Amino acid sequence: MFTQRVSPTRRFGTLTASLAIAALALTACAGGGTTEPGASGSAGASGGAAKTDATITFIPKQLNNPYTDVVLGGGKEGAKAAGFATTNVVGPLEASASSQVTFINAETQAGTNAIVIAANDPDAVCSALAEARTAGAKIVAFDSDTNPDCRDVFISQVVAKDVALIQTKLIAQQIGGKGEIAILSATANATNQNEWIKFMEEDLASNPEYKDIKLVAKVYGDDDDAKSFQEAQGLLQAHPNLKGIISPTTVGIAATARYLSTSEYKGKVALTGLGLPNEMRSFVKDGTVTEFALWDPAQLGEVSAYAAKALVDGTITGKAGDKFTAGALGERTVEDGGLVIVGPPTVFNKENIDKYDF
Amino acid sequence: MSSPSHGTLNRAPASKGLGPHTSGLGAFLKLRELPVTVALVALVIITTIANPLFLSPQGMKDLMLNATIMMLLAAGQTMVIVTRNIDLSVGSILGLVAFGTGTIFSSMPNMPIPLVLLIGIAFGAVLGAFNGLLTVWAKVPSLVITLGTLYVFRGLNNAWAGPKQHFAGDRPEAFGNLSVDTVLGMPIITLLAVIVVIILAIFMSGARQGRDLYAIGSDPEAAKLFGINVSRRVFTAFLINGSLAGLAGVLYASRFNAVGATTGSGLELDVVAAAVVGGVAIFGGSGTVIGAAIGAILLNTITSSLTALRVDKFWQQAIVGVLIITAILIDRLASLRHAKNLREKEGRNV
Amino acid sequence: MSESATATVDTSQALSGTQDVRGPRWYTGRDAIMVYILVVFLLYAMITIPRFATPVTTGFLLLDVIPTLLIAMPMTLIIITGEIDLSVASIAGLSSAVLGVMWAGGANIWVSMAIALFVGLLAGIFNGVLIAFVGLPSLAVTIGTLALFRGLALVVIGDNAVANFPKEITAFASSKIGTTGIPVMVIPVLVVVVFFGLLLHKTAFGRGLYAMGYSKDAAHFVGINEGRSKFWLYVASGLVSASAGIFWTLRYTSARSDNASGLELTVIAAVLLGGVSIFGGKGSVPGVLAGVLLIGSLNYALRLGRVSDVVLVTVTGLLLIASVIAPSISSAISTWRHDQKLRRQLSDEATATAVN
Repeated sequence: MFTQRVSPTRRFGTLTASLAIAALALTACAGGGTTEPGASGSAGASGGAAKTDATITFIPKQLNNPYTDVVLGGGKEGAKAAGFATTNVVGPLEASASSQVTFINAETQAGTNAIVIAANDPDAVCSALAEARTAGAKIVAFDSDTNPDCRDVFISQVVAKDVALIQTKLIAQQIGGKGEIAILSATANATNQNEWIKFMEEDLASNPEYKDIKLVAKVYGDDDDAKSFQEAQGLLQAHPNLKGIISPTTVGIAATARYLSTSEYKGKVALTGLGLPNEMRSFVKDGTVTEFALWDPAQLGEVSAYAAKALVDGTITGKAGDKFTAGALGERTVEDGGLVIVGPPTVFNKENIDKYDF
Repeated sequence: MSSPSHGTLNRAPASKGLGPHTSGLGAFLKLRELPVTVALVALVIITTIANPLFLSPQGMKDLMLNATIMMLLAAGQTMVIVTRNIDLSVGSILGLVAFGTGTIFSSMPNMPIPLVLLIGIAFGAVLGAFNGLLTVWAKVPSLVITLGTLYVFRGLNNAWAGPKQHFAGDRPEAFGNLSVDTVLGMPIITLLAVIVVIILAIFMSGARQGRDLYAIGSDPEAAKLFGINVSRRVFTAFLINGSLAGLAGVLYASRFNAVGATTGSGLELDVVAAAVVGGVAIFGGSGTVIGAAIGAILLNTITSSLTALRVDKFWQQAIVGVLIITAILIDRLASLRHAKNLREKEGRNV
Repeated sequence: MSESATATVDTSQALSGTQDVRGPRWYTGRDAIMVYILVVFLLYAMITIPRFATPVTTGFLLLDVIPTLLIAMPMTLIIITGEIDLSVASIAGLSSAVLGVMWAGGANIWVSMAIALFVGLLAGIFNGVLIAFVGLPSLAVTIGTLALFRGLALVVIGDNAVANFPKEITAFASSKIGTTGIPVMVIPVLVVVVFFGLLLHKTAFGRGLYAMGYSKDAAHFVGINEGRSKFWLYVASGLVSASAGIFWTLRYTSARSDNASGLELTVIAAVLLGGVSIFGGKGSVPGVLAGVLLIGSLNYALRLGRVSDVVLVTVTGLLLIASVIAPSISSAISTWRHDQKLRRQLSDEATATAVN
């Protein structure tokens, strides 16, 4: 019923294989004469004078994520204002550990001067970033840090401890300082999430005001709407006495709010965390959520762009004490461990939420 | 040769020469659904004893809502699998339709909900018809075609949605309430899904066209000789499967908060798994829509009951895997026993 | 001479009798076409995409395709017999998790790797027994083990990631041969490719696989032990997938339960693109090699050109559809051309007799 040809295939085997390999070898040879990529970039960077033809590429955790989109919006404007000639955004469609590596490789080869990355896994991107630095690129981590050895600076949205403390404070207020709570996070390996959770746990254990609050579970919704939704559902079923949920991720808090607002738990189980005002508006208005927090994501992108420019120009190197100006946002100082803080978080509630559009 | 599309609910003529399991069909099909039903009941009882909250009104509602979308997809998939085909693109179809639903409501918030349901079903049907046409016309295995359209539809969804997501807040409250309000103790979307599954089950076991699908899956060559228009039947199966995925997409947008570029990705293997657990033979010819729907409920219930039992969530996926393999083994044993019974009547067995 | 021969046979015979034109077929075959497409694409990319034509490309590109290429080898043989293995990426994930946990638990790195490989072997045996000896359908079984092995990876390592592997070994995993840009790891991978190539194309075992995929009855008739052959293929698939998992772990210096997830569809897409028929009985290792490299270079070229992944996803899907539809279209065309020729010959003969 199907035409079959075994013998010509066999004869053909060796020839095809050698052709395929020759084709790739050709690719390698053709490049023999060209200079190593990025070599020109590093030469410019060491000059110390402002570069006018510098390029910057943002690699977010994943494309097509509303929060990321706001950050990148600020980043692109910042990059233009800071004086980058070209700005690119590349990234995977799904946030997995290894998916960012090929993008870093391609950028390394394209000779990009500054790579601004939010790492899906602090270690998986490391060796690729190391190669990029060898080729002359400056690395700025933002949103979620890489292993500190693999980048020049990390732009943190807020002081990690502050953002943790504000969430424990909000939940304590909302449940009346007493009862069981749970955390619904993003992926289990997200550096920023785990740091916040660690500070929250410490705060709950050490602060006498929170002695009656018990953290009973930590679950992960992988920043996927449907999965976060079902994790929220599972939490309430497994822990009938649950009084409140903290979700320090925009996808998680919105999905949990959706579940609560469609269930009998609406108004009975408190929910707070980090959310985008535009996603949370209807849940704040219908009483599912009273208060939640976030920084201005656009500023995070903007400061990252200015930091990248300062690194490329050679005005900072990423050591503690370095100072650079982030346009209208004013001066920022690099702290220990190459950390740069963007600003304090804002708390959103029924009264002020309409003033924000992101 | 084309048979009238209605009124031919003739069991007797179809039961001759159609395949190995047609005589005593009723009893045999019951047997196929039995293991999965027993497993489901046992699971619910054990979980409820350990955690009474599992069958609280809210708990029941959540269980039904969780299974709704998967039930529709598994029922549609069964139609396709029974004909010895497969549709891997259902997750991508669901995503496209869900995003389309969000888009409709954000631009025309006053669009009547039944009309949106119809648009969603039609959109899904078009995508399903595309799969069906390629499979039938090009005479190419559907596994490859739908693996291709899985990528293509997902790519279209990404290109269309970009970073845009539509949220529940943008949709009319009445639409969201479809997955909140209950009728006869069932959420409206679940009721809708159950009705659709029952209609499909009647079609598959009663209508001539439905029974033709089994004949095609048992032995495509014999079905052709028997005078069945194989191409048209297979095309119809893909079309219906697409429209069910479309319906599931609209219901997804009612139930969940965000619909965007990645909505529904990775669902395809879960759907096939639900059908297999429900006793649908992967190489066609046997299995029922009801069985597949129960399989979908079982897989969703396992996730919920493990959470309710506070079993380490890491075990969930492994348990699902064991369940699938057990289902295939049981199916194998059942068909061996059946083959023994029929040995003197028919030669070949699936 | 051949013309007079074809003129006498009927159409159906001419269609299946493509062996008639065996001579020139090696450069018009399905896998040859794949290689042409690959070469044309590489030339096009070298000309139009800045910096594509460098040794750096070769290095990154090859590193990216190694896991796919490795797993594609046993997959090719399995699909040729008419079966499938969807659990490969989960086996890779499981071996990655086992490697991570063993190493974090203080075992020697080589011992950890050996145990990870052994787990892959067991996974392959499990698949093999169920499919080859119990006789269950491979599609259903491996959907089950896809969930099972990934689930076991989660049970083994949970939400943790192990990253502190010895620097020398992780560096070696992505090191290049001198200044050629070709990764060192390509050498063992080539050994695997050549092994499976020879096994399929040069041995009786390989010919048996074609026979099994082409017709089970025929294979049985000529005395091929179908069960045993399939069993060993799944064992090989388990072992190779586990090696791919180990490579993945070391290249990305991160052992996680979700490593390589979704890779099974990429592998199958590449294999089918390389001309292997999903029905079994048809396909070759060189074709698959070209298929894997084509997807890999397309991927890398798009990345370098900063074209969104959306395009990549869509193009992969279209290529896959085109690759299976093309034979139907080309056979339709050749039938048509054959008919035309036949008609012309008949009318020529008619005029010739008329003149005479």
